[in-house]
Amino acid sequence: MPKVHYLNASYGLKSWLLTTDHKRIALLYLASVTFFFFIGGLFATMIRIHLLTPGGFLVSPETYNKLFTMHGVTMVFFFLIPSIPAIIGNFLIPIMIGAKDLAFPKLNLLSWYIYIIGGCFVLYSFSTGGLDTGWTFYTPLSSIYSNSAVTPAVIGVFINGFSSILTGLNFLVTIHTMRAPGMTWFRLPLFVWAHYATSIIFVLGTPVIAITLLLAGLERMFHLGFFNPAMGGDPILFQHLFWFYSHPAVYIMILPAMGVISEIIPTFARRPIFGYSFIAGSSIAIAVIGFLVWAHHMFLTGESVYAALAFSLMSYLVAIPSAVKVFNWTSTLYKGSISYDTPMLYALGFIGLFLVGGLTGLFLACLGLDIHLHDTYFVVAHFHYIMVGGAVMGYVGGLHFWWPKITGRMYPEFLARIAAVVLFVGFNLTFFPQFVLGYLGMPRRYHSYPPEFQALNVMSTAGASILALGYLLPMVYLVWSLKYGAIAGPNPWPATGLEWKTASPPPTENFDVTPVVDWEPYDFEHRPDLALEPGIGGLLPAHGDD
Amino acid sequence: MSDHIASPKLYVGIFLALMVGTALTVFAAYKDLGPWNIVVALAIATFKATLVVLFFMHAKYSPKRTHLVIICAVFWLGIMLALTLTDYHTRHDFSFLRSPATTVTRSV
Ligand code: HEM
Ligand SMILES: [Cu+2]
Repeated sequence: MPKVHYLNASYGLKSWLLTTDHKRIALLYLASVTFFFFIGGLFATMIRIHLLTPGGFLVSPETYNKLFTMHGVTMVFFFLIPSIPAIIGNFLIPIMIGAKDLAFPKLNLLSWYIYIIGGCFVLYSFSTGGLDTGWTFYTPLSSIYSNSAVTPAVIGVFINGFSSILTGLNFLVTIHTMRAPGMTWFRLPLFVWAHYATSIIFVLGTPVIAITLLLAGLERMFHLGFFNPAMGGDPILFQHLFWFYSHPAVYIMILPAMGVISEIIPTFARRPIFGYSFIAGSSIAIAVIGFLVWAHHMFLTGESVYAALAFSLMSYLVAIPSAVKVFNWTSTLYKGSISYDTPMLYALGFIGLFLVGGLTGLFLACLGLDIHLHDTYFVVAHFHYIMVGGAVMGYVGGLHFWWPKITGRMYPEFLARIAAVVLFVGFNLTFFPQFVLGYLGMPRRYHSYPPEFQALNVMSTAGASILALGYLLPMVYLVWSLKYGAIAGPNPWPATGLEWKTASPPPTENFDVTPVVDWEPYDFEHRPDLALEPGIGGLLPAHGDD
Repeated sequence: MSDHIASPKLYVGIFLALMVGTALTVFAAYKDLGPWNIVVALAIATFKATLVVLFFMHAKYSPKRTHLVIICAVFWLGIMLALTLTDYHTRHDFSFLRSPATTVTRSV
């Protein structure tokens, strides 16, 4: 390990809380996002325990409403949206393009503080009466009828939005202006392309949710009639504005994970990625088309059937660039020399689970079928397959893939593979029964259900406890590895990106000399320095026949 | 970055133009122009916003890339408004399609 690196370059609380080093800010985010993941997970656990019996035995119906709302708000706004961009992206984007830091290091630190302030408001809401509107904050429930602490929650999410906007702005300017010599647009790692697309959504979409929630808050506090029909407002308008951001926001959550997968697959198949420009372009296409589909959440809330037709069609179109990615990843595997190290297990899991999530999205985008499936557990299963099976798997896989770079040490490979399998099994046991439940007619957001649904609900709760174990395991062994993990060296896998050219952990300035890029992305063939020694990078190096 | 420094005179001029715009808005609010009410109000507001962006926010003196960003943002706002209006403008009454027996649940 290098003697001096970003972790030990300076000491003390102040050197962390006032740092402008993108790598340290990434770790600040890692700590706080993990904290919110715990809070959200706690609510989820209580939901699943409550649903063990048809009558629900843990909490009152009112409390149940609060549990799923606070679970959703925490997980969406304070865990999933910042997770990959603000942690892994923050850490890697400057290094991947050969820069010393992001374009605006102080704004980067500011965005973390904004995130914390927003988080405090939301925690205040949770601890003073809770929140029971659903994460969607639909009016007029949120703006008039709810008796829970809506106002601080709305203010918290409003504030938190500016954190996303600053991060997105920072990434866009950095990627445009700070690439090292030779790092052309089409030599950028696909992880960077994915974050470029994500940043577009951050900057163009987030202001809309911020203002929309502000309007709902103003209606609640000062009785201004934006959404309340009794005062000349229109509740459907809230849904339009909310989903104008929140559908693109689901792509904020999945695009960075797709970026992670695009890095992992070529590394562990030892082949250049298939169709680089198509994967890069499909990220941008998803970001743009993703803005044109929002009203597929409103097919049954009274929107015009003609508009529904158009939005249904656009929803089918957005699946095309998603499918392009899945096909290209699969083609990359073809004739690859595949090894099943932990990050690869997550990547392969991602492909399968994202496929199920994406295809069931098409079921829901079908106007006729959505009448049957809307607001049932089928929808819950759909988005958990993408958000947990896709985005969280990508996040955890990415953490493992870059853990040696971030900390300089390897995690224990064998335990990590077990955890990956436990997560996969636990995940499917939790959420597959929910597809069936929804199809059979169990509505979402209800505190009780008819007795004939109990078996499937018990399965789901059992799966959730396996899933929880799957998350606890990495938390334990990753912390363990900080002290006891094997020294990783600069390029343990070995992989092609610039981040692997510098020390692990990197120095504060990332590179001692600004690198010059004269190779194509993911080119394993012409990089003799990356030849795979037998036994490196995993327990079972499986070489295909060449 | 541009190091263009606009003269105070220009700023005062823009400020006065904005004030005139405000006065016009108030004036127009007292006239009933029928369907044109909203058009006139929005036209004045758009004109004022344009002045603010061009001069107070220095967009006029900014590089082309900044212009592109502004145009994209306005275009996205256009998407939001246009697609939302596709809903509001096509909510027709379909009751004539229903046979009496099925007229139960929701009206479209
Ligand atoms: C292949 C593209 C996708 C299509 C066509 C699609 C379609 C849909 C549709 C039609 C609904 C509304 C169902 C209803 O309420 O009746 C829905 C709900 C949802 N989808 Fe997707 N989806 C896609 C991808 C995604 C992705 C990538 C994510 C997340 C990363 C996601 C997250 C969600 C969420 C969170 C909801 C539920 C929102 C709520 O009401 O709470 N979807 N999806
Ligand atoms: Cu959607």
